[in-house]
Formats: sequence, structure tokens, C-alpha cells
Amino acid sequence: MDISSVFFAIVTIVAVVSALLVVTCKNPINSALSLVLTFFCLATYYVMLDAPFMAAIQIIVYAGAIMVLIVFTIMLLNIRVDANKKSAHQLVLGSVTGVATLLLAGLLLTRGKLAEPVCNITTEMINQQGHTQLIGKVMFTEFLLPFEVTSILLLAAMVGAVILAKRKLS
Amino acid sequence: MDIVILGLPLYYYIAMVAKVLVAFVFVLLTVAYATYAERKIIGFMQVRIGPDRVGPKGLLQPIADGLKLFFKEEIIPAESNKFAFLLAPLIALIPAFITFAVIPFGETIKVFGYDVPLQIVGYYDNGIGKVVDINIGMLYVLAMSSLGVYGIVLAGWASNSKYSLLGGLRSSAQMISYELAAGLAIIPVFMLVESLSLQEIVRAQLGMKWFIWNSPMTFVAGIIFYIATLAETNRIPFDLPEAETELVSGYCTEYSSMKYAMFFMAEYANMVTVSALMVTMFLGGWDGPLVSSYPLLSPVYFIAKVYFLLFLAMWIRATLPRYRYDQLMALGWKVMLPLALGLIVATAVAGYFGFYTFSGLFCN
Repeated sequence: MDISSVFFAIVTIVAVVSALLVVTCKNPINSALSLVLTFFCLATYYVMLDAPFMAAIQIIVYAGAIMVLIVFTIMLLNIRVDANKKSAHQLVLGSVTGVATLLLAGLLLTRGKLAEPVCNITTEMINQQGHTQLIGKVMFTEFLLPFEVTSILLLAAMVGAVILAKRKLS
Repeated sequence: MDIVILGLPLYYYIAMVAKVLVAFVFVLLTVAYATYAERKIIGFMQVRIGPDRVGPKGLLQPIADGLKLFFKEEIIPAESNKFAFLLAPLIALIPAFITFAVIPFGETIKVFGYDVPLQIVGYYDNGIGKVVDINIGMLYVLAMSSLGVYGIVLAGWASNSKYSLLGGLRSSAQMISYELAAGLAIIPVFMLVESLSLQEIVRAQLGMKWFIWNSPMTFVAGIIFYIATLAETNRIPFDLPEAETELVSGYCTEYSSMKYAMFFMAEYANMVTVSALMVTMFLGGWDGPLVSSYPLLSPVYFIAKVYFLLFLAMWIRATLPRYRYDQLMALGWKVMLPLALGLIVATAVAGYFGFYTFSGLFCN
């Protein structure tokens, strides 16, 4: 076992434990913090997969922006301890979704096209040209249309949020 | 002759440990003496004496303050969320220190025949036998600075006190708003350098071609970035989270003893880090006269520039009054954000026509 698999094992233990804490913690703030830790572990995986750009974006977007928003919401609504009891249909629905996701992930990893590399980007290329440059080039040439469509979608969501939140004059 | 441990040469480990120690001790000492310098400088500007009791000219004051805080009684409010309350100071302090890892504080120097880049983070490329800079340096900085918000939000919430909560909310709203302006203001620099690596950004400015005066776009961007970092570190004129007259002392109202000291340290460490970033991106990093022939001068230039920016922040503190909260938000969202976005467009247009520097503007 070399150093990177030892490191991988440590990160995985932290990732699994923190992911479990997300769903088992009574206090929503503690759950949110555990989720931040999980995102951190995911970012570490990206670094180990020679995808430093993804790692940075993972932390900036998920840990730095989305989770802050969630923590904000919890704080403002002042949800202290999870008051409502878990009902039966929540449990059933949750376990069905969980098992389905697990199966889907397993299928994708073993049978699907995700099991083999989609393009011919190698570690050497990433080290020479930089991960950010490679992603940027592909995003603005090959995947320009999906990229622009996504940004229009986000813009629409933003405009919608502003209109909904705006106070009515008069 | 080369001893290899886990695929990496021994000198890499030694250099790494040495660099971490030097940078950490440097930041810690600067943090301690920045508090002293701040009191002395502001005292001088306000025609007071400032601390002068402990040691010659009050030089031992930071140590006395530290000891005092260390031995104070530690109070954890009964109704607080203990886990979050204890965690918050740590979360505030750690990002402030680890951001320093990617900042290049000097030219690559030769030690016993090995090339040692004066920057902590860097991976050893076995193919070329050299330490290479990671190419996402700036994104790492943005990621870490966005994590600093958690410490303050948690401190505000976990204390279970109105002042703390309001201070925490204000502070996090302020940090998120100005992070956007700061993040957008550095994009013109990336566009000119075509890299996110902080080493590359410094190398693009070598020979006194510092971005603060080399190009009109980066000049404005530098000013926006500096103002935004003042706001992000909660300094006057943007110290709303700790507005004493309204909020006692904001998110750290309920903290005492060493935990309070940790928030204090985090604030000053953040100041040092953002000053270092400002130096790296707009003031030429470790560049200066004669640096190409004497590489050992480079850390000296770097430290001198960082200290100058720290002095500037203290000067501003002694000069300006505090913003009102709505003015602060209006400045962030309605002035600095559109301006930074406009700068990106301007840089792109100027780059397309090939005149993005001041000299290019006047010569073409």
C-alpha cells in the first residue's frame, strides 16, 4: 500500500463519518457543518484525481456559498432542535431513494461510459497546460452551447428571485 | 547522493518544513506586533503617546496582552450551543493562516545547490526534478477566504445573544458582498497574465511593471480590491460588525479569554494575508530594484510592501469614520460590483485591440 492509498483511506473515513453525521445530527447547524466537512473530503478527492480546479470550485461554490446560505437560513429561522418527528412515509421514501441512487451509481461506475475516460486528457497534459486552461478551452469551444444555456437558466433564476423578493411600491 | 523518501527527495521535505516554520512565525510575530504598531501609530496620529509602560517604549505590550488573555477566566454562556461556540474561533483562525501557503514571498533561491522557491505550496515534479507551483493558487485563496465566514456566523449564532447574532449576520453579509467585488476585481489581472498561479502573476510584473500602475484597468481593479479587502477584514471604515455603539462588540461579545484572542488574531492574520495578496497581485509581489541580481533581496521587498499596506490600513483607521450599514451595502453592490464587471469587459476589449498597458495606450 503506497502513501496515496493510505491518504485515500483516511479521507474516505472522514467523508463517510461526516456524511453519516449530516443525517443523524439532531441540531441542524451541526448537520450543516458536517456537510461542509463532506464537501471538503470531496474536494480532496478531486485533488487526488488531478483535478485541482474542480476542487477549488467545489469549496468556493458548495462550502463557501451554498452552505453559508443554508447556515444563514437556519440561523434566521432559528431552528434549534429538530422538532418534528420522523413519519413512516419519510422513512420509506428516503430509503427507496437512497437504494435507487446507490444502484444507479453502481451501474454507471461499472457498466456505463463513465467507467472509461471520455476524452484523452492525461495527467501530463494537466501538469503542463493546467487544469483550468483545459477546462476553459473545452467549455468555450466544444461545450459552448450548454454553457450559455446554463448561464441563461441561472440568470432567469436570479431575475425571478429579485422579482419575488421585491417590495411592491405604492 | 539524493535520499528519496516516498518518491520525493529529502531536500523537498526539509525546505517545506523550513518554509512553513518561517512563514508561520513571520505571520504570528507580525500579528502580535501589528496590534502594538497600530496602537502606537494611531496614538501618534492622534497626538497621544500610546502604550509605553511594559518594557522599553512599550515593546513588550503584545506579550503582556497575550499573557493577560491567556490567564483570564473562560466563560461559556449557559444557553449557548457549546460545540459551535468552541469551534467558531478555530474556524475563524485557520483559514486566515493557511491562505498564506500559496503566496510567493520571494524569488527562487539556491540553497546548497538546490532550487528552493520561496512559496510553501508546490508539488515536486519528478519528470523535471523541480518544485512547480500549483496552477490554481488564486482559486485556493478565494476558497479559503470564503470559509472564514463560517467562524463569524457560528460565533454569532452559537453565543445565543442578540448582539452577537446581529453582529454575525452583518459581518457575514458584508463579507459575502465584498468577496464578490474582490473576486471580480482580480479577473483583469488573470486576463493579462493568463494564469491563476501566483508565481506567474508575480513574474508577469517583473521589472517594475507592477499592475497598480502598468495598466489603467488593473489600476482601478487594484483600488477596488484594496477597498473590498478592507471590508472583508472588518476594518474601519467598514467595521460595522463590531460597531461598539450599536452592538457592544458584535459576534465576539460573549467570548472571553483565549477564544476572544483567537478572533483578534484571526482579524490581524487576515489583514496580513490580504495585504500579501494585494502585494502579490498589484504591487509586483517580491519584485523590486536589483532583485534579478540579488535574489535574497526579494523577501525584503515583499515584507516591506506588506508592512506598508498594513500601515495604510492603520492610517485609514485613524482617519475615517464608520460607514452606515445601508451605505456599505450600496457601495458594495451598486458601485464596486458593476465597476468590477465593467473592468472585465474593458480589459477584454483593450486586450483584443492590444493596448492594455498605459505605455501601449500612449504609444500606439
